[in-house]
Amino acid sequence: MLTAVALAGLGLAQGTITLVGAGATFPYPLMAKYGDEYTRLTGGKVRINYQSIGSGGGIRQFLEQTVHFGASDAPLDDPRMKQVREQFKTNALNIGYALGAVVPAYNLPGVKEPLRFSGPVLADIYLGKIKTWNDPALQELNPGVKLPPLPITVVHRSDGSGTTYVWTDYLSKVSPEWAQKVGRGTSVQWPVGVGGKGNEGVAGVVKQTPGAIGYVEVTYAKQNNLAYGAVRNKAGRFILADLASIRAAANVPLPGDMRVSLTDTPAPDGYPIASFTYLLLYENLSVNKAVKSEEEARALVEFVKWILTDGQKHNEPLTYGALSPVAQQRALALLSRVTYGGKPIGKEIVGR
Amino acid sequence: MRRLYSHFGDRLFAFFLLLLALGVVALALLMAYELYRGGSLALGRFGLLGFALGREWDPVVQKAFGAWPYILGTFIVSFSALFLSFFPALAAAIFAAEYAPRWLAQIINFLLDLMAAVPSVVYGLWGIFVLAPWLRDKVQLPLYMWAAEHLPGLLPLLGVPTGYGLMTAVLILASMIVPYTAALARDAIALVPKEHREAAYALGATRWEVMRLAILPLARGGIIAGAFLALARAVGETMAVTMVIGNSHKLPYTLFGGAATMPSVIANEFTEAVEDLHLSALIAVGFLLFLVSMLVNSTAAYVLRRQERLVKGVL
Repeated sequence: MLTAVALAGLGLAQGTITLVGAGATFPYPLMAKYGDEYTRLTGGKVRINYQSIGSGGGIRQFLEQTVHFGASDAPLDDPRMKQVREQFKTNALNIGYALGAVVPAYNLPGVKEPLRFSGPVLADIYLGKIKTWNDPALQELNPGVKLPPLPITVVHRSDGSGTTYVWTDYLSKVSPEWAQKVGRGTSVQWPVGVGGKGNEGVAGVVKQTPGAIGYVEVTYAKQNNLAYGAVRNKAGRFILADLASIRAAANVPLPGDMRVSLTDTPAPDGYPIASFTYLLLYENLSVNKAVKSEEEARALVEFVKWILTDGQKHNEPLTYGALSPVAQQRALALLSRVTYGGKPIGKEIVGR
Repeated sequence: MRRLYSHFGDRLFAFFLLLLALGVVALALLMAYELYRGGSLALGRFGLLGFALGREWDPVVQKAFGAWPYILGTFIVSFSALFLSFFPALAAAIFAAEYAPRWLAQIINFLLDLMAAVPSVVYGLWGIFVLAPWLRDKVQLPLYMWAAEHLPGLLPLLGVPTGYGLMTAVLILASMIVPYTAALARDAIALVPKEHREAAYALGATRWEVMRLAILPLARGGIIAGAFLALARAVGETMAVTMVIGNSHKLPYTLFGGAATMPSVIANEFTEAVEDLHLSALIAVGFLLFLVSMLVNSTAAYVLRRQERLVKGVL
C-alpha cells in the first residue's frame, strides 16, 4: 500500500491514467468532486485533471485536441459541429451531465415574500422599458405586494459567461424585441445597466444597491442569501428555482444529440431559466490526439458513464440539478456511440 | 596564462549579458508580433483605423467590433486618475522628505509602500462594498437631485447615479497610483545635493523658496518619471477598475454612469469568447493597449532625457 502510494506520487505507478479536461468554470466544484470521488473509487488508478478556463477555452482546447474531454455551458453550434465533421471525419458528442439555473435576484427593502416575474417583464426590465418597481406590469404580477416607487437598477455580468448565455437565451425566446436587438451570447451588447464582474460582482452590486435586479446562478444566490423571484413558465405557473424544478425542466422530449436549449421549458413544473452543462467528446476517440491508447479511451468512457449514473448523486448536494430519467437515457445513448480504433467501446461499457 | 583566462571570462560574461539583454528586447518584439497576429483577423476585417475608431462592440447581433469606447475609457480614467493623484502625492513626498520629523517621515514612507503592496482586487472589493455605495448616497444622489432642480442641463453629463461608474473607477485608481508618484518624487527630492539647499539658505531664501527654487527644479526629472510610471500603471490596471467601473461601453460616457477600458474588456470577455472573430478582436485590443503603453513610455523617456540635459546645464 505504502509503496503504491509512493509510486503514484512519483507518477510511476503502472497503469495510472490521468484524464485531462478543460472548460467551463460553472461546473468546476462539481468536476472537482467527481474527480476526487472517482479517483478514490478506482483506487488511485484514474486521475482527473480539470482546468476551468472557461467554455470558450474549453471548446478551443477540445478542437485543438490537447484534452481528453472539453466542457462547455452551451453545446457546440452547427458551424462547430460541421467543422469537426469535416476536419476529423467524426462527430462531436455533447453530453449533458448536470443542470444549472439562473435566477433574478433583487434588493427591495421592505418586500419579504418572493416576487413573481414573467419572461416578457424581465426582458422589458433589461431593455430599459420598465424603469420603476411599481410599474403596472410588475404590480399586475404581484397583486398582494406593495411595490415601492424605486427606480430599477439593472445589473448584468460584465465578463463573458455561460450564465449570461442562459439568461439571454431565455429573454430571446420570450421577447421578439430582445431577440432582434440584443440576441443570445456569452457577452452581449447590453441596452442598459451596470456590469459586475463574475457572480460575486453582480451579487455585490445588487446587495449594495436598493432597487437593483441582477441575474446569478441559483447556487450563488442561495449561498449569499440573495432574495430571488419566481418566474412564470410556459405552462403559466410561477416557479421558484429549486433542485426539483430544475430537474423537471429537462423532463421533456429531448433530441437525440442533446443539443437543446431548456429555457422556457414546456414541462409544467419545470423552472424556465435552466440549462444543461456539457461534456464534449469525439465519437471516434482515435482521432483525438490527446487520447494515446485504447486503455485511455476506455478509462475516459468508464469515467463519463460513472458521472451519468452513480456520479449523479453528487450533483444535488452541491446544488447542481441532476439528470431526469429521459436526459440520463439520452446521455448514455450518446456515450454508447463512442468507438476507438473501430471497436465499439462505448456500447461495450455502457451496455455492461 | 592567468590573464588570458580572465580575459576569456570577461568576454564570456559580456557575451551572456548581451544575450540576456537581447532576449528582453526579442521578448517585447515577439509579444507585439504575436498580439498583432492574433488580432489580424479583426484588424483585417475592420482595418486598423476602423477598428480603433469603431464605436460598436456587439459580438452577437451585428458581429461588429470597434475599440473606440475602450480606448476613450482608458484615456479618460487614467489621465483623470493621474491628475487627481499627482498633487497629493507630490505634497506627501515633499512633506516626507523635507518637512516631517524623521519618525513621522518613516511612518509616511511605510504607509506609502504599503499602499503600493495592497493587491488591486482588494482595492476593487473596497470599491464595491464601501466607496461606491458611499459615493452614491453622499455625493452622486445629492448632486443629481440638486442638478435636477437647479441646472437640468447638467443631467446628461452626470448620468444615472448608481455608484458604479467612471467617477468611482477614477477615485479608486487615483488612490492606487499615489504611492508610485510619491515614492519616486520623494527619492528624487532626497537626491538633490545638500550644497544646493545650503547655498539657497545662505542667500536668505525661506523654506518654501528653497523648495521652489533649489530643490524642485533639480528633482523634476524624478517627479515626472514617477508620474509616468503611475500613468503606465493606471493604463494597465485591470482588476480594481473592472470591479467598479460598471462595464458599459455605451457612448457618450457620463460622470456617474458606467464606462469600460481596454484591459477591462479583455479581462471580461476573453475566457468565454467562443467565436474566432470575437477572440481576435480582444487580442487586437491587447495590441492597441501595447501601442498605447509604448507611446506613454517613449514620451516618458523623451521628457526625462530633455530634463536631464536641463539639469546638467544647471550643474
